[in-house]
Amino acid sequence: MQFGVVVFPGSNCDHDAWYALGTVLGQNVRFLWHQSENLEGCDAVILPGGFSYGDYLRTGAIARFSPVMRAVERFARGGGMVLGICNGFQILCEAGLLPGVLMRNTGLRFICRQVDVRVESVETPFTAAAEAGQVLRMPIAHAEGNYFCDARTLADLERNSQIVFRYASPEGRITAEANPNGSLANIAGICSRERNVLGLMPHPERAAEAMLGSADGAVLLRSMIASLARARAVPA
Amino acid sequence: MRVPRKSGMLETEVRVTIEMAAEHGLTADEYARVLKILGRDPNFTELGVFSVMWSEHCSYKSSRAHLRRLPTRGPQVVQGPGENAGVVDIGDGLVATFKLESHNHPSYVEPFQGAATGVGGILRDIFTMGARPIAVLDSLRFGPISAEVGTDAATAARNRRLLDGVVRGIAFYGNCFGVPTVGGEVCFEAGYSGNPLVNVLALGIAKKEDLFFARASGEGNPVLYVGAKTGRDGIHGASLLASAEFNELSEEKRPNVQVGDPFLEKLLLEACLEAMQTGAIVAIQDMGAAGLTSSSCEMASRGGVGIDMDLDLVPQRETGMSAYDMLLSESQERMLLVAERGREDEVTAVFAKWGLDAVEIGVVSGDGFLRVRHRGAVVAEIPAQALADEAPVYQRPIAAPARAAAAVAVPSAAAGANLTPNFLRVLASPAVASKRWIFEQYDYMVRTNTLDGPGAGDAAVLRVKPTRRALALAVDGNGRWSRLDPRMGAKAAVAEAARNVACSGARPWAATNCLNFGNPEKPEVMWQFSEAIDGIAEACLALEIPITGGNVSFYNDTLGRSIDPTPVLGVLGVLEEAECALGMGFRGEGDIVLLLDGLGESAATAAGDATSFSSSEYAKTIHGVVGGLPPAVDLGAEKRLIRLLEAAAREKAIVSAHDVSDGGLAITLAECCAASEGFSVQAKVKATQPAEHACFGERGARAVVSCDAQRVAGLRALASQYGVRAEEIGRVGRGAFRLACGEAIVVDAAIEIVREAWGGSLKRLIETETSAA
Repeated sequence: MQFGVVVFPGSNCDHDAWYALGTVLGQNVRFLWHQSENLEGCDAVILPGGFSYGDYLRTGAIARFSPVMRAVERFARGGGMVLGICNGFQILCEAGLLPGVLMRNTGLRFICRQVDVRVESVETPFTAAAEAGQVLRMPIAHAEGNYFCDARTLADLERNSQIVFRYASPEGRITAEANPNGSLANIAGICSRERNVLGLMPHPERAAEAMLGSADGAVLLRSMIASLARARAVPA
Repeated sequence: MRVPRKSGMLETEVRVTIEMAAEHGLTADEYARVLKILGRDPNFTELGVFSVMWSEHCSYKSSRAHLRRLPTRGPQVVQGPGENAGVVDIGDGLVATFKLESHNHPSYVEPFQGAATGVGGILRDIFTMGARPIAVLDSLRFGPISAEVGTDAATAARNRRLLDGVVRGIAFYGNCFGVPTVGGEVCFEAGYSGNPLVNVLALGIAKKEDLFFARASGEGNPVLYVGAKTGRDGIHGASLLASAEFNELSEEKRPNVQVGDPFLEKLLLEACLEAMQTGAIVAIQDMGAAGLTSSSCEMASRGGVGIDMDLDLVPQRETGMSAYDMLLSESQERMLLVAERGREDEVTAVFAKWGLDAVEIGVVSGDGFLRVRHRGAVVAEIPAQALADEAPVYQRPIAAPARAAAAVAVPSAAAGANLTPNFLRVLASPAVASKRWIFEQYDYMVRTNTLDGPGAGDAAVLRVKPTRRALALAVDGNGRWSRLDPRMGAKAAVAEAARNVACSGARPWAATNCLNFGNPEKPEVMWQFSEAIDGIAEACLALEIPITGGNVSFYNDTLGRSIDPTPVLGVLGVLEEAECALGMGFRGEGDIVLLLDGLGESAATAAGDATSFSSSEYAKTIHGVVGGLPPAVDLGAEKRLIRLLEAAAREKAIVSAHDVSDGGLAITLAECCAASEGFSVQAKVKATQPAEHACFGERGARAVVSCDAQRVAGLRALASQYGVRAEEIGRVGRGAFRLACGEAIVVDAAIEIVREAWGGSLKRLIETETSAA
């Protein structure tokens, strides 16, 4: 299996994603340069965190127009697995591959800290290895992580179980106190209708090793690996 | 001061006078020296060039004579002071390059951009060496952020704005660039109200064979300008901003503050590291203070060659810039490099890939001159070596202050008095309280190397992929003690930074310094500087930590008043096994808490903290007293403690370590609890001195550690081997935080109260519109 990590000018967490999947979890990983429309046979694509294009105009606003995104959009609409982390989530929303927007944190400041999120749906290839209601500890590091969508979209997301992660207390309670950035309904991550595209603000690649404070992020990454392996095992 | 500009005349036509030279910051003697070097009058452009290169900030003319006394050698030193950053061997064929730098004056005038470009500047110094920056730490000093004796509400409000702007500026630059800001210190003293200090430390890692230096060579080799376009920002940043006092007109210096774009710098970083891999780059230097001028003449001078440049070829983002403008511009995110003739296309292709300008603007020449052309004419022609290296070296007059530091009485509490209210006050004071409000604005985890981030331990700890090693970094400065006794204060700063590194389990390996002082033309300031240098030298020699580079910031005065002499030290340590890294938080209920004392058995009968208590955080916060002398620094005791801590970490004999410093033992214990997962402590110290001294005295060479009850005997034996006293003082528990002196319980509070006092204070103070009375 081959994982691809897209590199935009200004991406910072590309190496972290590469390291977590490649070195920690032993997967084949390659970098995909933003100017290439060739996904080079990758089975899953990751849009990493960072400040693509310096967050000029709006975060993710410019990255969505890069050549690689045309390929990513085709790949996603064809059912390919796409994970957007932090800036990657912002880019997916700008590109229309996920609904809603990420606005400035209500505190108006950048926040870097460990947070707990509750797994709301295990019916995705990203959470199949988790248990419903499981609490995962992963760090956030963003100034624009405040998820918002209109009432109708929120109703759709809830009806279709597209809310995958919500900010929660360590015991798994969805509270205002547990919400670091004001996100609507404590939403930390959502998936597409078809469930093959996931965007989340927390960084699973920073929580793939106990030595860094939490290995819970590996649950998400291992789910992806297992899902891809299962897909491969199915006879054509 | 405004630089006179005669509109309509080319700078080469303006007749330079000695008065004009004075307006540029050059003395009569310096101007005479310029005439001698050139053998003629300089033109206006050349005057500008000399004025920045010979400014205090660029030439170190007041400090060089003293800096020579710093110990800079050691088997681990690959590159000492003199290049863009110091370099030390860290094993496995890897080197670490690190340096501390100041951006004080710009941060007062424009806190956001001043701090941001301070970060940008030091990052470039690291990657110009061929190393990828992996961490940033910052040492910040402001005036009080709430009104108190000597600071009115308006000043406190301005200090809050400065703090806010500086922190946002550091976050803006570091986060977007993608380097974690993993630690630092923040201090508040009245003397910094008009002169905040912003010192930034950056660390990078490289393979030894991938190191680059800034020595131009090869006659005929092309000189390439890479990075952002040049504009008019920051002109005279070095000479008029960094090398002069502030007065009522300082607001007018805002155009001298540089403007940063961290996204461009990130592209520049990736492009430079990639271009360096081609093997076609001969030398490279970043454009910092005095931009194009300093980078060209310094690279030329180091290589014993000259550089010929044509400013018409410089990428410009403003129209109508003169040669003077372009040579003095401090536009950010630019580098100057020398490539191998015939291979320059390999280099420019990399920069094109990253969307950056890369233009050949000159060549290396054999005649040793910096020769600059503009619009077809030669506009400056100066011997590079004289410009870069022959600024005057001043032996400025030194005069110790007339009055010796007077002992000051501190009211003492009655025996057995309840010290809990005072304890909570010290805990909540901005100097001591948790800095979480600040560091959560920094991405301290990017690049997934951070093992101990801000607040986790006394030093930041970063793993070194793909080895088993880790690096520890601490930055500590000292203003208040240095004012009372500059030599002792400087020794204490070195000792504290080294002790902090040792508390993470690492061996202190090398150091960098940033020396923040007032106007060097004042003999008392020069005396402080000289004393501080001697203190640093003595401590670095004793602790075997060579100084590999650093920075001097003079002229930190406003309206004639100098700041406290403030030497700041950054110490780098090495951990052979990353998994042995220690934090400060207690780890297990029932663990035993011990006080390690490098004084050894003589600690039992040592003179207590009585003589130095008047210089403590407690004395200042509770009684408004600052005087007397700092605690004497015993370097032998510090060294023994440091070596023990390294050994204890290696052998996993302890599970936490935190040194005793600001606020004393009671504060140390509170912080060990606050950093833990909800634990508390019940502790007792012997009543050999008054309770206040025992609990809040700040004598060094001490650390609080904890270990499993089964391991205590082993730890005490180990400590004994190193000549360090290990006294059991308590046990990790839950609920009540209790500290007794002898049989009297002097501090007693629920742990939630302790955590809240320490944890919530800074946020409350900064985010209120009205200042506390």
